[in-house]
Amino acid sequence: MSWILGLPILLPMATAVLAFLLRDSRRAARWLSVVGCVALLAVALVLMDRVLRDGVVAAQMSGWPAPYGITLVADLLSAVMVVIAAITGLAVAVFALADIDERREALGYHALFQVLLAGVCGAFVAGDLFNLYVWFEVMLIASFGLLVLGGDKAQIDGGIKYVALNLVSTVLFLSGIGLLYGLTGTLNLADLHGAVAAVDSRGLLTVIAVLFLVAFGIKAAVFPLFFWLPASYHTPPVAVSAVFAGLLTKVGVYALIRMFTLVFTHDTDYTHGLLLAVAGLTMVTGVLGAAAQNEFRKILSFHIVSQIGYMVLGLALFTPLALVGAVFYLVHHIIVKANLFLISGVSKRLTGSFDLSAIGGLYKSSPLLALLFLIPAFSLAGFPPLSGFWAKFLLVKASLETGAYVIAATALVVGLLTVYSMTKIWAEAFWKPHPAGASPSLDQLDRGQRIVLVAPIAALAVLTMVIGLNPEPFVGFAERAAGQLLDPADYVRAVLGPAR
Amino acid sequence: METAIAFVVGALVAASVYLMLARNVLRFLFGLVLLSNAANITIFAAGRLTTAAPPLVPEGQTVPVGTVANALPQALVLTAIVIGFGLLAFALSLVFRGYQAMGTLDSDAMRHAEPAAEAGIGAESDAR
Repeated sequence: MSWILGLPILLPMATAVLAFLLRDSRRAARWLSVVGCVALLAVALVLMDRVLRDGVVAAQMSGWPAPYGITLVADLLSAVMVVIAAITGLAVAVFALADIDERREALGYHALFQVLLAGVCGAFVAGDLFNLYVWFEVMLIASFGLLVLGGDKAQIDGGIKYVALNLVSTVLFLSGIGLLYGLTGTLNLADLHGAVAAVDSRGLLTVIAVLFLVAFGIKAAVFPLFFWLPASYHTPPVAVSAVFAGLLTKVGVYALIRMFTLVFTHDTDYTHGLLLAVAGLTMVTGVLGAAAQNEFRKILSFHIVSQIGYMVLGLALFTPLALVGAVFYLVHHIIVKANLFLISGVSKRLTGSFDLSAIGGLYKSSPLLALLFLIPAFSLAGFPPLSGFWAKFLLVKASLETGAYVIAATALVVGLLTVYSMTKIWAEAFWKPHPAGASPSLDQLDRGQRIVLVAPIAALAVLTMVIGLNPEPFVGFAERAAGQLLDPADYVRAVLGPAR
Repeated sequence: METAIAFVVGALVAASVYLMLARNVLRFLFGLVLLSNAANITIFAAGRLTTAAPPLVPEGQTVPVGTVANALPQALVLTAIVIGFGLLAFALSLVFRGYQAMGTLDSDAMRHAEPAAEAGIGAESDAR
C-alpha cells in the first residue's frame, strides 16, 4: 500500500476542512493555505522521487485488487503534473495573501482553493475512469465556487456560461464511461488498455473515443468548444484566474493524453487525425481571438486556448518526439501562464485597470515588474533561450519529421502572432506613458504586500529561466515520460500485477 | 428491453437538445437535467438488464449463488445521480442569482462579462 499516492489528495482535503473551520480567523486560514501548499509540494516531490527510482507506482485503495477496486497510479507524467500543480498552488496561495479581499476569505476562499487542488491532484493520479470522473467533479464544483465567490455581476455572468458548458462536458464524459463499460466490462485504465484490443466492433469504439474527445475537449478548451473560457476567466480575482489558467484546462489536456495513448489507439488515423485538425484550428482561432482583445486578462485567456493547440498537436502527431514536446509544453505552459496572470494582477493593482488603453508607464516606474513580464511573455511566444522555445522547437521538429508541413507552418505563424499580442501588452501597459499621468510604482505598496505579490512571480520566472537555460534534464525527463506513454506495459504491470 | 430503453434515452436526448437550444437559461438547465438522466439510464442499460436476483452474498458464502444482477452500474449511477443533483442545485441557484443581478434569463442579454461593444473587432477599442 503506497500512502504516498493518497497524500496529494488527502493533504489538500484536510487543509480545506481546517481552512473552512478557521474561515472566521482571517490570518489563520490564509497561512494554513500556504502551509498546506508547502506540504503538498513536499509530498509531490517525494512521489516524484519514488516514480523516478521505482518506475510506475500503483496503489489499490482498501486492498481491493485491480481491476475491481479503486486504483491510484502515478507514472512520470502524473508525477510531474502533481509537482507542477503543487508549485502553481503554492505560488497562487502566496499571491492570494495580498489579493483576496476579506469578504471572499470569510466566504471560504481558502477552503475552496484547497478542494480545487485536491481535485486536480486526484485527477492526475486516478487509475480508473469513474474515479477520474469523480475528481473532475470535485475540481469542477470547487471552481464553480471560486469563480462566482463574491458575486460581482460580471462574475455571475461569466459563471453561468462556464457552468453550463462544463456541465454538458460532464454529461458527455459520463455517457462515454457508460458505453465503454458496456463494451468492455471494465473501467480500470490499465485493464481497458488490454480490453479494447479484444473489442470486435471497432466503429463503436471510435464513436466512444470521439465522445471522450468532445468531453475532454470542452474541459481543455479546444476549437470549437472553448467559448466558456474567454467568457469567464477574466471575471474572478486574479488569484483565482491564475490557478484556473495554470491548471484547469491542463487537466483536460492530461486526460486527453492519457486516454488517447493508453486506451484509444485502435484507429489513430481517424482519432489522432481529428486531433491534429483540432490542434491546428485551436492554435489559430485562439491567437486571432487574442489579437482582437484589448484587455490584459482577455488577451491572456485567448492565449490559453491557442497554447492548448500546441499540446494537442504533440498528442495528435503521436510520435515519440511529439509526445516529448507535448509533455515539455505542458510543464512549461502551466508555469508561464499562471505567472502572466499574476503579473496582470500586479499591473492592475499599480495602474488601476486591466484595460490596456487606460494604463501605462509601468516600464519607467517599475522596471523590475517589466523585466518579470518579459521573461514569461517571451517564453510564451517561444523566444530562445526561454522554456517556450524548446517546447515549440520539439513540436515543430516532430511535425517536420512526420512530414506534417502545414501544421509546422501553422505552429510557427501562431508563435509569431503570439509575439504580436505580447508586444501589444508591452507597448500599452509598460512602454507608453500612463494616460492619466500617474507613475505606477511598486513602491506604492507596503513592504509586506510587495513581497507576497512579487515573490511568486519572481520564483516562477526563475523556474522558466532554469528550464530555458538548462533544458537537457527536462527534455530527458520528458523523453522518459513519453516513453512510458507510448509503451504502457510498465503501467499495466504496475496496476494489474506481473501475472497478467 | 434494451431496445425500449434505447428509445427512451433517444427521446430524452432529443427533448433535452431542443430545450438547450433555447436562449432562456432556465430552459437550458431543464434540458441539462434531462440529458444527465439520459446518461444515467445509458450507464444502467450498459451493465446489461437482467431479471436475475439482487447481488447479495448469502451468509457463510464468499460469492453470490446463481445468477445475480450486475451491481457495478447501479453503484455508478447512484454516484452520478448524487453528483448530478448537487451540480444542478448549484446551477439552479446560480441562474436565480443571475436573474436577480441582471434582471434577465436571456443568454443573449447577459453581456456583463463581455460587453457587446467589445465583442466585435478591436476597431472601436482604438477609438476609446
